[in-house]
Amino acid sequence: MFDTLFFHLLLNGLAHGMLIFLIASGLSLIFGLMRVVNFTHGSFFMFGAYVGRSIYLATDSFVLAILGGLLFGFVCGGLVERIAIRPFFGNRVQLLLLTLGMMLVMNELVKIIWGPTILRFPRPDYLIGSFMLGDIILPYYRMFIVGFGLVVLVIVYLFLNKTRLGITIRAGVENPEMVQSFGINIKQVFTFTFALGVSLASVGGVISGPFLSVYPEIAMDNILVAIIAVVVGGIGSFGGSVAGSLLIGLINSFGGFYLPQAAMAFNVVLMALVLLVRPQGLFGRGGVAGGR
Amino acid sequence: MNPLLQLNDVNTHIHDFHILEGISIQVPREGVTVLLGRNGAGKTTTLRTILGFNPPSSGEIRFDEDLINGWAPFRIGSLGIGYVPEDRGIFSGLTVYENLKVAARDGVKEMDRRLEKVFELFPDLKRATKQQAGTLSGGQQQMLALARILVSKNRLLLIDEPSSGLAPIIVDRVAEAISELKKELPILLVEQNYNMAKQIGDNYYIIDQGRCVHEGQMQDLEDKPELKQRYLGVSV
Ligand SMILES: Nc1ncnc2c1ncn2[C@@H]1O[C@H](COP(=O)(O)OP(=O)(O)O)[C@@H](O)[C@H]1O
Ligand SMILES: [Mg+2]
Repeated sequence: MFDTLFFHLLLNGLAHGMLIFLIASGLSLIFGLMRVVNFTHGSFFMFGAYVGRSIYLATDSFVLAILGGLLFGFVCGGLVERIAIRPFFGNRVQLLLLTLGMMLVMNELVKIIWGPTILRFPRPDYLIGSFMLGDIILPYYRMFIVGFGLVVLVIVYLFLNKTRLGITIRAGVENPEMVQSFGINIKQVFTFTFALGVSLASVGGVISGPFLSVYPEIAMDNILVAIIAVVVGGIGSFGGSVAGSLLIGLINSFGGFYLPQAAMAFNVVLMALVLLVRPQGLFGRGGVAGGR
Repeated sequence: MNPLLQLNDVNTHIHDFHILEGISIQVPREGVTVLLGRNGAGKTTTLRTILGFNPPSSGEIRFDEDLINGWAPFRIGSLGIGYVPEDRGIFSGLTVYENLKVAARDGVKEMDRRLEKVFELFPDLKRATKQQAGTLSGGQQQMLALARILVSKNRLLLIDEPSSGLAPIIVDRVAEAISELKKELPILLVEQNYNMAKQIGDNYYIIDQGRCVHEGQMQDLEDKPELKQRYLGVSV
């Protein structure tokens, strides 16, 4: 009995953690590289869920919904960076207010387009049902989320470590001036990173839809949790965003089961504890406020 | 022959501070030009102004045929100006090889072709290509910083205080390496270590309070103890 519950909560926590990871990884890279806290990240997660659902209902293809979510995020992310972020570059307070304002607008906009109520995002036939391992029930869809998250994780990891652009992004997190001295147009790197990060959040929204359903509040709920995951993992560190997200997902799953009222408090306590022991986060270098 | 790099009456403000007050220098197409002067004189700012990080508020910066003041730093870098900053600017979370790869402006193929010679100059780096750059010793980091500007086709090197913070024996090795480099590339060098500057420098400018106060041939400076004492703190 303990075992079945344990595995249920474990899989739930990992699935949640992977969704948080899809938001947190982009958030962390964008902040690390550009020093912009992108509050629209949760809103793009939410928009991804709505857009993905519309594509799925129209085409009956979940694969198209995923690809559509990726493309939607990449294009919108690129446009937001070029049109809204770039002109205010270097002014952190203005940028903070700007992305905060855009977040509020997006969260209202979604209600105008799709209405304020909860929408059901049906799961494709092949992801309905569960895998039985003895008396442990493992729902296919949750396993799919974990698997999808792992695939994205590996692809982004390889991109950041094996390609010159990816290595340049990591270098830019440390020292953007030096990167420019090597003839690299850092502004293009910024735009690309922003677009990539937003597309990960957006596709995360798509695959969250059949799991969590689709409603406007998922934007706020998830941006807060993702910011905590980034701080816990260490700002700008990809490995940190993985660790922070999974930790938060698991804590929410187990904590939420035993003490549902305190779920958010667990996150904050975890963040406080990590910051006390390691101010730079689990995988971070320098202080949270440190660097430039 | 006209100089490779020319600053004419360059003024630079950082925030509201007037840091460079009309600097004029010329870097010839070969040899080492040394910027001398006390701490806070404006040497680093001169390099950063050339590179576009602290763009000049007035004056002219000419690199070969191009008037480059106001250009974005990446365009200036693309012209073939390699930079080693005072703090080395190593990407400490990247491996040695990754550090070189970021710097490989002309592609990884060109880099690999050049690496053979670079590793001859800095054999330590060859053994450490997979090591995280942050774990290298200070001297090795300086060599990595130099290696990074040698993996692409550069036409001018700007090197800021390569000897600072290094043990004397390492300073000798860095000086040797720069003496090797100067056979192939012109260098604008900032150096407080007078002995090293004397050893590898050809021409000098002395900068004081954001102005050029003296210039000449490095060997002639030997006979000017009053200059050395006043601006460089070299006792006689
Ligand atoms: N970012 C900055 N803000 C304010 N003042 C600066 C800044 N950078 C340099 N300065 C000032 O400019 C002057 C020249 O500095 P610098 O070029 O670093 O000197 P040097 O390299 O010759 O030691 C110094 O007085 C320094 O305090
Ligand atoms: Mg200096």
